Amino acid sequence: MKAETHFAFFDEGSKKEIRRAIMKAVAIPGYQVPFASREMPIARGWGTGGLQITLSIIGKSDVLKVIDQGADESVNAVSIKKLVHETTGVELTDRTEDADIIQSRHRIPEIALTKEQIIVLQVPTPEPLRGVEAREYITKRMHSEYDYSGAWLILFEQIMKYGKTATAADHPVYVNHRYVMAPSPIPRFDNPKIHQSDALILLGAGREKKIYAVPPYTNVESLAFDDYPFTVESFEGMHCHLCSGADVFLDELIDHTTGETIYQCNDTSYCMERMNENVNEKEKAEVEGSYA
Amino acid sequence: MGYVPVKGGTEAIEASIKRLKYERLKGQEIIAINTIRSTMRGMVDQVMSESSLYSPYLAALSIKQAEGSMEEAVFLMRAHRSTLPRNYYSQTVEAETMLVERRISASFKDIPGGQLLGPTYDYTHRLLDFNLIEENPTENQQWLQNYKQELQHIEPFKELKYFPKVVEHLREEGLFEVYEADNTPPIDITKQNLDFPTSRSARLQVLTRGQTGAVTSLGYASLRGYGQVHPTVGEVRVGSVPIYVEHPNEVEHGAEDEFYIGEIKVTEVESFVPVKVKNENNEDELEFEIGYGICYGQNETKAIAMSILDQCLEHTNSDFPTHDEEFVLLHIDSVESTGFISHLKLPHYVTFQSKLDSIRQVKKGVQKNES
Ligand SMILES: [Zn+2]
Repeated sequence: MKAETHFAFFDEGSKKEIRRAIMKAVAIPGYQVPFASREMPIARGWGTGGLQITLSIIGKSDVLKVIDQGADESVNAVSIKKLVHETTGVELTDRTEDADIIQSRHRIPEIALTKEQIIVLQVPTPEPLRGVEAREYITKRMHSEYDYSGAWLILFEQIMKYGKTATAADHPVYVNHRYVMAPSPIPRFDNPKIHQSDALILLGAGREKKIYAVPPYTNVESLAFDDYPFTVESFEGMHCHLCSGADVFLDELIDHTTGETIYQCNDTSYCMERMNENVNEKEKAEVEGSYA
Repeated sequence: MGYVPVKGGTEAIEASIKRLKYERLKGQEIIAINTIRSTMRGMVDQVMSESSLYSPYLAALSIKQAEGSMEEAVFLMRAHRSTLPRNYYSQTVEAETMLVERRISASFKDIPGGQLLGPTYDYTHRLLDFNLIEENPTENQQWLQNYKQELQHIEPFKELKYFPKVVEHLREEGLFEVYEADNTPPIDITKQNLDFPTSRSARLQVLTRGQTGAVTSLGYASLRGYGQVHPTVGEVRVGSVPIYVEHPNEVEHGAEDEFYIGEIKVTEVESFVPVKVKNENNEDELEFEIGYGICYGQNETKAIAMSILDQCLEHTNSDFPTHDEEFVLLHIDSVESTGFISHLKLPHYVTFQSKLDSIRQVKKGVQKNES
């Protein structure tokens, strides 16, 4: 009673069904398309939405990259890669530019993606209005009635309380001037990358059973008031202690020997590329230690 | 030579998986699938019910692999379910055709067909049986033989007879409304996302695959005061029902062309719930409605709790959360709740960095304002 797993885990009928939801999502940018989310061999909340998209669109010749919090070697990214690889045999890569499909949690890579690429974002809470209204039945209606006063009110209340908007990651965006969308918990730093992106952006929420998309060259604006403009996380005056990169999203670390705060590129593949552009054998040992 | 990324994550995972295997093997005991199947009936039933996959064999395998962790076993079964194509839908099962092992009513002492206690823990005293530590096969065999001999003295009925539903008796009296059979094809919640407000077929499917503990807790909450349903158990039955599928190619369909594909054991509950209705003179009158519960295997607590929640969700105009279908249906699934709770173990440092930045910026702003 042994069972062989099908190519890309799903039976073809399931893949077709999910692809149909993806097509609809692409046709209505920013609209959350309900789909019959499958239970996956990894847990709900651990990227099952993204994984279902990846498995439904992946072909034998595709090259896959998976990152979690910017890192290719983060344990959950490794686990997802392993599952896709074991069920498809596709080639894996860490290099962003070599990937056809990039599945990611909480980040969009630093280098610009191309029109040949698809980025699949894992989404925990697809509903940008969930904070104002718990009931799905109501939030669905709010979207259809273009009622986004709740989303604006959240920002307004923050200004009243703190003197400025105080959103962290997952700052809501307007897609194609119509739907307000949760971009997934990417930092605000990554929001501008969605606007007029060359690459197709697919977002999957497995537990909440929604797929949505931002097709290439779509206008995407982060919600903000004219007098309180949208701002990204500030890394002013800071740079990566490994590749000295600046203007990228940095992780804050504590130097174990000096106890000082140091910074390092969050996008590990980007950092590695930059260092390789200018190989310095002396630093090599230090670098390897830092990513262990 | 350039820099190469360190494979820290890959190595850590491999080591962790090895360690997990070590934990399962280190006691140097092997439990056979058949041992689980024949001695862990409650667990096998619960796993099948929560995973909505009826296969005692696979359930036993999942329990073995999961080292007895319920949430893991259910998770394994659900994931396996995703790999199986769904080729057929079964024909409607008439619960009256159940081969009843147990059937009781709390509403009437004397029900047509009689009460049949069957196997139940209800009247055991929950005292640890230390004799089981030294259980031996010869004695067990002897016991089984004696039991069979005792049964021989009982004279069976001449013919097979089916137990009528307790509610039929009350319908005749006009205490229950007689509804026409609703033959709308049920929606399949594994093929279609829940759409609120939901249909009853969708609700029953979500409830029956709900985590036993979660369904029980919410049913209890409703009963205790956070709800408006006060049921009496009309009938609990446990037994096997036959499953048929239609001939896939025949154009003309008839019962005789259907294929019997096996039987499943279920627990079925009908709770009687008094509700206020308006009569033709617009006066309040009491009538009964049925709360329905059903689940794979023998799991009476879950089935009864389900019947309470079914009634709760039939009456959504209430302030209680147990009457709110989104509250109940979206939070009782084992795979979903355990998955999302456990995802908190994943690193969140990008989002945390973003939060830190936000708080720092706000603090900066405040200082500027004060100066
Ligand atoms: Zn760097």
